[in-house]
Amino acid sequence: MGSLTIENVKKSFGKVDVLKGINLQVRDGEFVVFVGPSGCGKSTLLRVIAGLEDATAGKVVIDGQNVVATPPAKRGIAMVFQTYALYPHLTVRDNMGLGLKQAGTPAAEIDTRIAAASAMLSLDPYLKRRPAELSGGQRQRVAIGRAVVREPKLFLFDEPLSNLDAALRVNTRLEIAQLHRRLKATMIYVTHDQVEAMTLADKIVVLNAGRIEQVGAPMDLYEKPANEFVAGFIGSPKMNFIDAGRLGEGGAKTIGVRPEHLSVSREAGAWTGTVIHAEHLGADTNLYLDTEQAGLITVRIFGVFRAEAGETLFVSPDPARTYRFDADGRTVT
Amino acid sequence: MSRATSSPLRSTAAHAVLIAYTIIALFPVLLIVMNSFKARNAIFRSPLSPPTPDTYDPVGYTTVMAQGDFLLYFQNSLIVTVGSLFFVILFGAMAAFALSEYRFRGNSLTGLYLALGIMIPIRLGTVAILQMMVASGLVNTLTALVLVYTAQGLPLCVFILSEFMKTVSDDLKNAGRIDGLSEYRIFFRLVLPLVRPAMATVAVFTMIPIWNDLWFPLILAPSEGTKTVTLGAQIFIGQFVTNWNAVLAALSLAILPVLILYLVFSRQLIRGITSGAVK
Repeated sequence: MGSLTIENVKKSFGKVDVLKGINLQVRDGEFVVFVGPSGCGKSTLLRVIAGLEDATAGKVVIDGQNVVATPPAKRGIAMVFQTYALYPHLTVRDNMGLGLKQAGTPAAEIDTRIAAASAMLSLDPYLKRRPAELSGGQRQRVAIGRAVVREPKLFLFDEPLSNLDAALRVNTRLEIAQLHRRLKATMIYVTHDQVEAMTLADKIVVLNAGRIEQVGAPMDLYEKPANEFVAGFIGSPKMNFIDAGRLGEGGAKTIGVRPEHLSVSREAGAWTGTVIHAEHLGADTNLYLDTEQAGLITVRIFGVFRAEAGETLFVSPDPARTYRFDADGRTVT
Repeated sequence: MSRATSSPLRSTAAHAVLIAYTIIALFPVLLIVMNSFKARNAIFRSPLSPPTPDTYDPVGYTTVMAQGDFLLYFQNSLIVTVGSLFFVILFGAMAAFALSEYRFRGNSLTGLYLALGIMIPIRLGTVAILQMMVASGLVNTLTALVLVYTAQGLPLCVFILSEFMKTVSDDLKNAGRIDGLSEYRIFFRLVLPLVRPAMATVAVFTMIPIWNDLWFPLILAPSEGTKTVTLGAQIFIGQFVTNWNAVLAALSLAILPVLILYLVFSRQLIRGITSGAVK
């Protein structure tokens, strides 16, 4: 219980087509992350699944039932929002219980579910407080708790970590991962942050300009990107794209090589370049080089590498880990 | 900011300007209240001096209380003002919610149409309104006044509230929808409490012209039973003789209820004016 099928969903706002025919299968218990640049339609797709936006065309099937005409409250979903969206006039307990109360759940049942959720998310000390008296991280936990008590078929997360600071983001990410393991529920998560996508997902859906670019497990996307967009979007720092003509290689328009698949040497290598800028992060070092053969490239070296701007270095790509793309941006194998 | 307030010279100058403005603004009110407690001769001999034991004379107030049914006039004014205010805020907020929340064909055109009333004075339609009231038999009823004032107040209310409602988080409304709240509950329980400061602003701007209006009570409801305070005070102004004591006393009394209503709204009002400025 908790499968989702999306069939040829389209959404237009006036003349603007935001979703241009989306097809997707989500199995029961899967953690699926929608990722893509801003404006790619990922949040709109989530809203269509939730029923907050009507699809212009297509079907949304939850557990074998087409829910296109069903109001959000009856779809068996729960949603966690970026801005928490807690009811300001209700206490934490009432915030969590409102949905169940509306659905006519008996009071005793509501109490047990709230107790279970608040224990799971360690919210017990805050149950009598109002949202204004909580910190950002606590508010987001309440919002997650509000979703948990509904015991939905489908959890929907709309960039839930974007408003939290870096340290809290890591903690909450961990909590969401644990929550998924414990509840074994189907979760759909929207983010523009590829680190969240890579760390949380069973399956990543990369969206761009209203279309699905590729669907796959995180490491599949990293190792076998279907096209130039996915190759550039997954991985940080971004993959280097080099004009194939410049390197004198035929059969492709663009050659891609990830910064971590380049080796640097002071003595010899395929390409010669000058260091423009060096970022020393401790665990790794990012170098920005202006090379004669390949133009501007980024190199990621694991560990410490002492280099300064202006220095001349040699760089060699790992031939087994270079990608080739044709004129349409598709991967050539 | 802290530099500006820490300079004593600057803060003195700012206070001097504000105090001067306050005096200018309050002077006419003070003059009315002061003179309402004085004997007729004293009002004309030295209008600017406060009442002394010699010149003190509550004759104005006793006249007002004795002549005419001022308690009834007050009651009428209050019913009309509070009633109109209620409908203006209720219907205005509902229209504003529809305009700001739902996408439908002609949304911005409807908004423009509703806002047009801000620029066109309702008094231009007095003749038509009077004909309508006569036809529907509403002349000399408070209902007529409430209806007219509701129409008069709505444009500004819709305009201000729809702007404010656009600032209410979409996520919050959507969370309500997912929890199964009806659109009415979302409107009354989630959105209205969040735009309360804006509603208070609208209430004050709507209330004062209604309370002070002389035009429509005179035309639509001049009967003894439906007179409002401003109209009631007119009985002391004659073509040849004016009972200034009574006029001043009536005006002083008329300030009180509206002052109380203003105090009720003012805390919210200040928040409404400064919201957005300090964020």
